[in-house]
Amino acid sequence: MIKFRLEERANSPYWLIILSPFIAILVAIILAGILIVLAGANPFQSYYQLIIGAFGSKNSVAETLARATPIILTGLAASIAFRAKFWNIGAEGQLYFGALATTFFGTGLVVLPSILMIPFLFIMGALAGGLLLLPLVLLKLYYKVDEVVTTLLLNFVVVLLVSYLLEGPWKDPMSLGWPQGKSVIEEGVLPQILSKTRLHLGFIISIFFAFSIWFILSKTVIGYRIKSVGLNAAAASHAGVPIFKTVLVVALLSGGMAGMAGVTETAGLKGYLTLDLSPGFGYAGIAVAMLANLNPIGVIFSGVFLASIYVGADAMSRAMNVPTYLADVIVALTVLCILLSLVFVHYKILFFGAKKYD
Amino acid sequence: MTTLLKVEKITKKFGNLYANDQISFEVKKSEVLAILGENGAGKTTLMNILFGHYTPDSGNVNFEGNAIEFGNTNNAIKLGIGMVHQHFTLAENLTALENIIIGRQSIFSLTLPKRNARVKILELSKKFGLPIDPDELVANLSVSEKQRIEILKTLFLDCKLLILDEPTAALTPQETDALFSTIRNMIKTGLSVILISHKLNEILAVSDRIIVLRNGSSVGEIDTNSTDREKIAEMIVGKKIDYPKKTKIPKKSKVLSLIDVSYKKPDAPNLSKVNLDLYGGQILGIAGVAGNGQTTLAKILSGHFKPTQGKIIFEEAKSVHTSPKSFMDLGVAYIPEDRNSDGIVGDMEIWENAIMTEMDDPFLRNSLGIINKKTSFDRSENLCETYDVRMQSIRQRSRLLSGGNVQKLLLGRWLMRKPKIIIACQPTRGLDEGAIASIQKLLLEAQQNGSAIILISEDLDELLTISDDISVMYKGMLSNPTESSSTNKLSIGLQMAGDGFL
Repeated sequence: MIKFRLEERANSPYWLIILSPFIAILVAIILAGILIVLAGANPFQSYYQLIIGAFGSKNSVAETLARATPIILTGLAASIAFRAKFWNIGAEGQLYFGALATTFFGTGLVVLPSILMIPFLFIMGALAGGLLLLPLVLLKLYYKVDEVVTTLLLNFVVVLLVSYLLEGPWKDPMSLGWPQGKSVIEEGVLPQILSKTRLHLGFIISIFFAFSIWFILSKTVIGYRIKSVGLNAAAASHAGVPIFKTVLVVALLSGGMAGMAGVTETAGLKGYLTLDLSPGFGYAGIAVAMLANLNPIGVIFSGVFLASIYVGADAMSRAMNVPTYLADVIVALTVLCILLSLVFVHYKILFFGAKKYD
Repeated sequence: MTTLLKVEKITKKFGNLYANDQISFEVKKSEVLAILGENGAGKTTLMNILFGHYTPDSGNVNFEGNAIEFGNTNNAIKLGIGMVHQHFTLAENLTALENIIIGRQSIFSLTLPKRNARVKILELSKKFGLPIDPDELVANLSVSEKQRIEILKTLFLDCKLLILDEPTAALTPQETDALFSTIRNMIKTGLSVILISHKLNEILAVSDRIIVLRNGSSVGEIDTNSTDREKIAEMIVGKKIDYPKKTKIPKKSKVLSLIDVSYKKPDAPNLSKVNLDLYGGQILGIAGVAGNGQTTLAKILSGHFKPTQGKIIFEEAKSVHTSPKSFMDLGVAYIPEDRNSDGIVGDMEIWENAIMTEMDDPFLRNSLGIINKKTSFDRSENLCETYDVRMQSIRQRSRLLSGGNVQKLLLGRWLMRKPKIIIACQPTRGLDEGAIASIQKLLLEAQQNGSAIILISEDLDELLTISDDISVMYKGMLSNPTESSSTNKLSIGLQMAGDGFL
C-alpha cells in the first residue's frame, strides 16, 4: 500500500506562493467546466462569453468594477479580522448598518457641500458598522461568547430591521409603494468616474482603503500587534501587547470597512436604500479575503476576480442558456481550491511504501 | 549476562535530517540502560522505533534473538517491550484496574475478565512495590499513582523490557526514590529497563550503563560506575560546560511584597493566603510539585491574574492596575513556563519577537506609530549578539530556533529593559546542559545588577545552587523561606509532599 505523509516546509518557495492561487483558479475553472458540459453547453465558448460579459466593453468593465467595489471593502473587513483570528462573519449586517447610517444622515438631515458630505457619509457608515460589531467584541472579550455565532446571527437581525424600516417609518412616500428609502441628497451622491456607466467614486475609495489597510497592517505598531495577537495571543499578552485594545481596534476597522461598503452601495450605485442592496456582498468578502490569503492588496485583485465571475456569468447564462448559479459554483470551487493549495504551499507531500526489513 | 535487545545500525531520516544515524547498542538482561542526549538528539525517535511507532529507513532490531517487526506496536508488546510515555495514556474516567486491562480483549467480548486480572495486578503490585487501589478512578489519582498504573500496565502484559521516558519529570524526590527502588526490584527479577532522562544525578544513581546521543548519532557508551556528572554533560553537549558560580550579594531594599494573597477561581489552581517579601539582589526559589499553584502565583505576580483577596505592594508605586502591561512598566519581567505557547510567537520573525516588549520605545517607532525597521533590526541584532541567540538571520521565523535559543531570546528581551523584578517559571525545563548553564548565568548576572528574582522550578538542584532562599508551594500555600545553604533536598522534598503545612 502506498502511504503518504505531510511534512511542513521550513520556507515555502516564492514561486509557489505566487503561482498557487493561479493554479487553484485554473483547477476550479476546469472542474466547473465539467459542470458546464453536463449542462449541455460548450465550456470554451461559455468561458469566452463569461470573459466578454465581464470585460468585453467599456460598460461591462465599468459594471465589473462597480460590482467589485463593495466586495473589496467587505474583503478588507474579513482580512483585518481574520488576521487577528477574530472571526467576523457579520460583514453583511455591518454593510446594511452602514447603509442605514447613509440613509439616516444623507437624505436631508445633514446638508453639507459635496466635498464634506461624502467623507461625512463614509465616516458615519464606518462608525455604524464598527458600533454594530462593538457589543459583540465586548461579549467575546468579557464573557468568551463565540463571535462566529453572534456576528452571523446579527446579520439576520439587521436585515429584518432594514425590512421593518423600509416597509414602515423610512419608506419613501415617492416610491410608488416599493419598499425603499428616500434618495440620498445630491451633495452626498458619489460621482460617476466613467461617463454613462454605473462606475462611481466608491471604487477609487475602496482601492484607497486597500492600500491604507495594507500600510497599517505591514508598517505600523497597531498592524504588528494585530499580527501578534492573531498568531499567538498568549505570547503577545505576556510581552505586554494590550490584547483588549488591539481586538477592539480590529473590530472597529473591520466593521468600519463593511459599513463603508453599505455607503458605496447606497450613495453610489443605487442612490437609496433597498432590501436587496446586497446580494450577499458580506459573505462574498470572506471568499475574497481567503482568495487573497488575507493580503489587503490581494483583496483588490480577488475582489475584481469575483465580481467579473458574477457579472460575466450573467452574460454567459444568457448566451449559452446555462444557469447563472454556475457563478456561485465557480466561486465556491475557487475558494476550496485555494484552501487546498495552501496545504501544498506549506507542506511537502512525501510518498512512501510500507517496506519491510528483516 | 545474556543479551535481551540488540539494535544494529538504525537509521531514520526526516526529510534531509538524520534523526537517527547508524545507531547500535545492546541491552542485557537485568540491567538499566540510560539514554541521554539533548532535545532533538534522537532519543524519542529511537524509542518510537523500538516500540513500533516508526519504521526505520535501515537497520535491524533483535529481541531475544528474533527480529522485531517495525511499525507494529502490538508486535512489540507481544514480544515483551513495554513503554511508559512522558505524557500518560490513561483514560481518566475508568478505574485503575480497567485502565490496565483495557485494549487487551477482543472488542466483541461482552465482559472484562476482571477477577483474574485483579489477582494478577495485586500480585505484581506487591512484588515490585507499586501500591495502587485498583478500584479508584484514574481522575482522582496523583501523578505518581498514575505512573504506577502505567508501569503495572506493561508488567501485566509480561513485559521484559520497560522503556521509561522522562519518568521523574513531575515527581517529588521521595516519589523518585520510590520509583527507583521499583526499578531495582524489576532488575532483580530479571527485567531490563531503558531510562530516558534529563536529570543527570538520577541517571547516575540508578543506571548501569549510559549511551549518549548527539545529533542523531551515538557518541559514546560508558559504564555508570566509571564516570561522573561533568564528563557525561560534556559528552552530551560535545564541549566543556562552563557551570555558573554563585556569588552572594547583600540584599538591597524591599521591592515587592504579597500580603495574604488568595486566588479562588475555577480557572487555575487556587492560592490561599500567600505571603512573600522580595528584595533587590535576591533570588527566591519556589519549589513544589507541578500544579500546586506556582503558575497561578506567577500569573498574579506578572499582572495576568488579579488576586481574589489580599494585596500586592510594589515599593515604588502606591497602587497599580492589574494588567501585564502596567506590571511591565513597573519593571516586572515574566518568563512564562511554556516558552513556545506563551513566550514566543513562532510564526513571526526573530526581530519581530525581539522588539515585542519595546513597542513604546520612541527609538523604534515614530509618533504616528510607524515602525522604524532599521533601528528595530539593529536592536534585534544587538540582542541576539549580547545574549548569544544562535540564528541564521533575524528575518528567520522564530519557531525554527532551538529551545535554548528561544529562552535566551525571551530572557534577553527582558534583560535589555533592566528589570527590577524577574519572575522566571521553569526557565531551564527541557533545555540541554549547555543552555541550562547559560540561562542560569544570565539570571545570576541579573541578580548582580540588582534585580530581584523569583525562580519557580521543579529542579531542586537548580534551586539549591542558584537561589538565596527557598520557599515551597503545597496546595496553594507558600512556606516561609529558608536559606538555601541551610536546607537540603530531603527536607524540601518532605515539604513538597505537604510536611509542615496546616
